[in-house]
Amino acid sequence: MKNTRNFCIIAHIDHGKSTLADRLLHKTGTISDRDLQEQTLDDMDIERERGITIKSHAIQMKHSADGEEYILNLIDTPGHVDFSYEVSRSIAACEGALLIVDASQGIEAQTISNLYLAIEHDLEIIPILNKMDLDSANPEEVTDQIVDLIGCSPDDVIPASGKTGMGVDEILHAIIHRIKAPVGDPNGQLQAMVFDSVYNSFRGIIAYYRIMNGRLKKGDRIKFINTEREYYADEIGVLGMGLIPRTMLEAGNVGYIITGVKDAKEIKVGDTLTLSNDPCKTAIKGFEDVKPMVFAGIYPVDTEEYEELRSSMEKLQLNDASLVFEPESSAALGFGFRCGFLGMLHMEIIQERLEREFAMTVITTVPNVSYKAYVKNGTMIELHNPSDMPNPSSMDYIEEPYIVAQIISKSEYVGAVMTLCIEKRGELKNQVYLTSNRVELTFEMPLGEVVFDFYDKLKTVSRGYASFDYFTADYRKSDLVKLDIMLNGDPVDALSALIHKDHAFDLGKRICLKLKQLIPRQQFMIALQASIGAKIIARETITAVRKDVTAKCYGGDISRKRKLLEKQKKGKKRMRQVGRIEVPQEAFLAVLKLND
Amino acid sequence: MKTKDPVLKAMVLEFQKQRDYLNKERIETIYFGGGTPSLLEEHEIQLLLDAARENFEVSPTAEVTMECNPDDLNPTKLEELKRLGINRLSIGIQSFRDEDLKLMNRAHKANEATRCVREAQSAGFDNITIDLIYAIPNLSQEAWIKNVDQAIALGVQHVSSYCLTFEDGTAFGKWVNAGSMHQVEDDEASEQFLTLVERLHDAGIEQYEVSNFARKGYESKHNSAYWNNTTYLGIGPSAHSFNGNSRQWNVAHNVRYSKAFAEGLNWYEKEILTPAAQFNEYIMTGLRTVKGIDLGRIRDDFNIDLASANVELIQGMHDRKEVIFAGDQMSLTKKGLLRADAIASDFFIIES
Ligand SMILES: Nc1nc2c(ncn2[C@@H]2O[C@H](COP(=O)(O)OP(=O)(O)OP(=O)(O)O)[C@@H](O)[C@H]2O)c(=O)[nH]1
Ligand SMILES: [Mg+2]
Repeated sequence: MKNTRNFCIIAHIDHGKSTLADRLLHKTGTISDRDLQEQTLDDMDIERERGITIKSHAIQMKHSADGEEYILNLIDTPGHVDFSYEVSRSIAACEGALLIVDASQGIEAQTISNLYLAIEHDLEIIPILNKMDLDSANPEEVTDQIVDLIGCSPDDVIPASGKTGMGVDEILHAIIHRIKAPVGDPNGQLQAMVFDSVYNSFRGIIAYYRIMNGRLKKGDRIKFINTEREYYADEIGVLGMGLIPRTMLEAGNVGYIITGVKDAKEIKVGDTLTLSNDPCKTAIKGFEDVKPMVFAGIYPVDTEEYEELRSSMEKLQLNDASLVFEPESSAALGFGFRCGFLGMLHMEIIQERLEREFAMTVITTVPNVSYKAYVKNGTMIELHNPSDMPNPSSMDYIEEPYIVAQIISKSEYVGAVMTLCIEKRGELKNQVYLTSNRVELTFEMPLGEVVFDFYDKLKTVSRGYASFDYFTADYRKSDLVKLDIMLNGDPVDALSALIHKDHAFDLGKRICLKLKQLIPRQQFMIALQASIGAKIIARETITAVRKDVTAKCYGGDISRKRKLLEKQKKGKKRMRQVGRIEVPQEAFLAVLKLND
Repeated sequence: MKTKDPVLKAMVLEFQKQRDYLNKERIETIYFGGGTPSLLEEHEIQLLLDAARENFEVSPTAEVTMECNPDDLNPTKLEELKRLGINRLSIGIQSFRDEDLKLMNRAHKANEATRCVREAQSAGFDNITIDLIYAIPNLSQEAWIKNVDQAIALGVQHVSSYCLTFEDGTAFGKWVNAGSMHQVEDDEASEQFLTLVERLHDAGIEQYEVSNFARKGYESKHNSAYWNNTTYLGIGPSAHSFNGNSRQWNVAHNVRYSKAFAEGLNWYEKEILTPAAQFNEYIMTGLRTVKGIDLGRIRDDFNIDLASANVELIQGMHDRKEVIFAGDQMSLTKKGLLRADAIASDFFIIES
């Protein structure tokens, strides 16, 4: 145990965590030249396509130094805010963290928030100045920023590059000498914390854990304390490039277990694993429940796939503990689930994973934050769905959640950033010059304005030079109205949204126009209307198709035309019948695409 | 070889190389089409017909069609075509109005159109088809009726009619996008089309496919082959062929086409049709014909019971009066034919 080191890599998005992990894997010979690719640990298709890490990824490395062999358990984490729950769980399994800072970008918003998470858990922080190979690297200034932030000595900051391999030896040296070996009693009662899991259709559920005390042997009868379920440890092992079976693992180590259980509900991330015949007395303190920021409905396109969707979501939840959902029903869409997400990217990823990994075709409805509606009799109703809004006549007032936003920007973009925040109903609370050309702005803003496209807009107005982090503050009274959309006179609940009164007219109009673009013409005319209460504020019509046949169909036209019609049919499979109207999947998210 | 033209030379070679493509089946139709084959000289047409007869058994009663532009036809040319054994003419008239012809960038004038049909008839052609375009901007309903009536008055045996399309990339598409031209509304286009169907019917020219109309016995054997899954061989640049389970298309460029033969290279691309694709094509082309599709054949060839696999779909079509059944034959009504593509795609099998 004294030769084991558990550490994670944390940073702001894109500062080079996964690339630096590649260098460590390569240097320690964990991965062969042949298997090495860029960001090897980003092994999900979505991660590779989008070039970002979504899941934390644990991997074990062996490294010899000073004549001793060390076991290094590395956990690469995502940098995007929406996945910070992944970071916090990884931190709980480690004694140290490599804090990576891009030498050309400097400290950014998630550098700070992730650092605080690590400090809260008493992790040893190893600051690393990455991307030193870039011409735009600014080592002196960024080192000063780091020293200011964590109060270390400039000598503790390791200059490195994931591109050239610079600094890798120093990092390995620091991991061994600066991070403490795990403490724990290998001879004590088994106590292991489950920090992640994944559903595998062949092998059932694979759970990942960190052993705090005791030993786990293959074949042991084990027990999960919270669920109180017992199983045999069919296979245990460590995580290398794939699963590496072992016969025994002990305190301080990170590993996996397969018990053959297939029902997603039986395993819970945050649970404590122990032995049935000699259980530990206390459970390890689990993880704090995640607080979803955005809510949206997820419905199967094919109503008959409701149960399959439920089981897919349960399986997905194993691998994404930040997803929460409960059944709901919609007049327009039938049975589905109200889901809570940590942000819009998270929502997008969940939808995409359901489609890719579980072959589900789903509709995601207009997202919203959670509101508090106060009824005249004094009771408060928490709303996760605009359709649950009480009748306006019985309502006293409504509150929406506010956040405190911290934005770090180059000073030349401060004006543009302020304009954006004020447009989003933000109120400036504080402005601090971190250095002569870096400013930290603190705003209070409605969460509802931030979750949708704020992040993208911020990047645009600051040309990528502003970063942003937030925490929820309180609920405040707000002038919100419910905007309903009607198709041929019937309100479609899945398209309703709560919107600030001042934006309602403009938005109603733009949503109708967007829907006109997205809903294909059908055999009858479709009237699109936006209304607030009984008042129609915008309308559009989609004229009927009478003719849908191309004139010519001879030799060369046939295969071209067949392919075109095949494509049409595929598109139709992704449409949902609302009343008589076929509505394509993407129309339900029209509100989010008004700027495209 | 009697020609210096490298494309014709290559075509003769292609006939030889493809002599087994149609499994020695008897040839029932020959079609000179695409571009302006009427520009070929007599001996060149003869050369191609000879090549066809040398490599295939051509039925003595075969339908032999030549596609022509009105401005290429005159009594001498017509006599020549007659001599060569061409027994059907397809004349690209498109409209009997000069303003339409100008808009569509055609070389001929309206009076040439009428003239050449009369001359062809005098030369002894008794199987003539013309094409008419509808949904032309500024073509009023009255003007369209006049166009149709003029075709009827000329006494042609066959009419093909197409909707003017504005595809991106074409000059029309650009004008539409630039706002300098307006695409005719769907309703108006359908109206013109239905008028056409009705007036031709009253004159004894019946619709037998979405865009094709004929007097009894004058349905084009050639066009019908495309919709009956019959095999065919196309010779020349960008020609298409079909042998039941694959389609192939020749390189489009004249020079590249003839070069391929001169250098012994491959001159076509080929696509193998999966059973699902074959099924989809049968549905797609079959539903365009007034005869419709044969459910018995679908059971035999594809092992699919189309009616029971699509109960709701068919019920909906039935309620909308888009479909009729006669025994195992399922066909679209006049109303259904207007949506033949959309309907076909609803029946498609999609492979993932
Ligand atoms: N020049 C240079 N580029 C680097 C270096 N390290 C990473 N990059 C590039 O920076 C981008 C982001 O790298 P990643 O390793 O995916 O960053 P990350 O921190 O893992 O990103 P997330 O996991 O999405 O937060 C990629 O385009 C890398 O090629 C480096 O040392 N030098
Ligand atoms: Mg990464």
